[in-house]
Amino acid sequence: MRVTDRLSHGLDAPICLTWELTYGCNLACVHCLSSSGKRDPRELTTSELFAVVDELAAMQVFYVNIGGGEPTLRPDFWELLDYCVARKVGVKFSTNGSRITPSIAQRLAATDYVDVQISIDGADAATNDAIRGPGSFDVAVTAMQHLTDAGFENFKVSVVVTRDNVAQLDGFLALTARYGAQLRLTRLRPSGRGADVWDTLHVTADQQQTLYRWLLDHPRVLTGDSFFHLSALGEPLPGLNLCGAGRVVCLIDPIGDVYACPFVLHDQFKAGTVRDAGGFTKVWRESVLFTELREPGSAGACASCGSYDACRGGCMAAKFFTGIPLDGPDPECVHGHGEAALLAAAGSRPASQPGHSHSAAGKGRPVPVSIGRRPA
Amino acid sequence: MTRYALHPQVGLREEKFGALAYHYGNRRLTFLNDDRLVAVIRTVEQYDDIDAALAAVGVVAEQRPAFYRALERLREAEVLICE
Ligand code: SF4
Ligand code: SF4
Repeated sequence: MRVTDRLSHGLDAPICLTWELTYGCNLACVHCLSSSGKRDPRELTTSELFAVVDELAAMQVFYVNIGGGEPTLRPDFWELLDYCVARKVGVKFSTNGSRITPSIAQRLAATDYVDVQISIDGADAATNDAIRGPGSFDVAVTAMQHLTDAGFENFKVSVVVTRDNVAQLDGFLALTARYGAQLRLTRLRPSGRGADVWDTLHVTADQQQTLYRWLLDHPRVLTGDSFFHLSALGEPLPGLNLCGAGRVVCLIDPIGDVYACPFVLHDQFKAGTVRDAGGFTKVWRESVLFTELREPGSAGACASCGSYDACRGGCMAAKFFTGIPLDGPDPECVHGHGEAALLAAAGSRPASQPGHSHSAAGKGRPVPVSIGRRPA
Repeated sequence: MTRYALHPQVGLREEKFGALAYHYGNRRLTFLNDDRLVAVIRTVEQYDDIDAALAAVGVVAEQRPAFYRALERLREAEVLICE
């Protein structure tokens, strides 16, 4: 049995657990997967956070990916970090960099088990700020400088690949190299506010070809295995080529709800809550949703595709939020089956759910100025 | 004779298919798909030589070359260290 087959039946504990501590954010990126803005008054309390960490330690979850929102906006964030480290639960946290002062950078550099991931979406300020808001590029680069000055090696710089920045892959690599950081590229999915910009920002078929070859040429660039649908183009990309939702991946949201993956914040993919008896462990091991996701799925419309072994129908979230049936092809299917499926699904896109915070009150939504603009 | 031990920064977690090994330093995850290999990794440092460790989990002589190679790959991946 291949590793992917074994993993599709699920694991005793997740490998890739994302924990969004708050949807509060001081930015309002146009593609934010969690539609972040305001903090939710129902967020887990500090002692509830600690109880979750205790469970993760008991389950031997090796590390968590902490995100948000901007997780450092929680006043107990640094305390939580120490609590995780003390229990040998490693932490990688994603940040826009705004709180990475020189002294914080020094503290982080001195802590084993902690990794930092700075998000940018353009290799220059113009491209980045069109997505992430004015001034955000400088903030991120300043944070990188602070980490480098503190001697933090190999921190991550994470980029969501879009139509507008896909031509800058070499630029991203050069930028991260300057700071001794490691580049991570991920796929734009139509989740959260990403749904509003997906049609105009997701990479084109030609760009996917270029991206695929670039990834094969740069095996050290991290991807969170998020481009596995491109493996249908030929030689498989390194990593796990399957949708790990509920099998190796899951998400805990700020109020403790557990979803199959960070990109499917919708009731249909909610497995339970850490606040119920049995906690996270019970949700992971026994929830109806996760049990279903671990059963062998049908290949559906992809059954006759010669690349099914490589691509397995692609990303569940990308299908769901574009209205394509879950056993249909990925909207970005490299064999072009996405277009027809998108047409057939026209008008049936699920609305994003209330309850996930939107832009902060009074802040207004940034105008996605990149819409309609195309790289020459 | 080489003596192996589990790298001090590596955590092992049992799974149905064998085990996962995670290196907290380089943050790499390794899949171990063979129960006997997992057992050897867990116990190897108690033995003076690899053959004794392999024999203890029932790996017979003909099967050992494959295990030597697997252990060497795990050393390269920093899951094991050589003492
Ligand atoms: S739904 Fe998409 S993003 Fe989520 S685990 Fe599956 S492939 Fe990855
Ligand atoms: S038809 Fe389905 S399996 Fe084949 S490449 Fe397209 S999405 Fe992937």
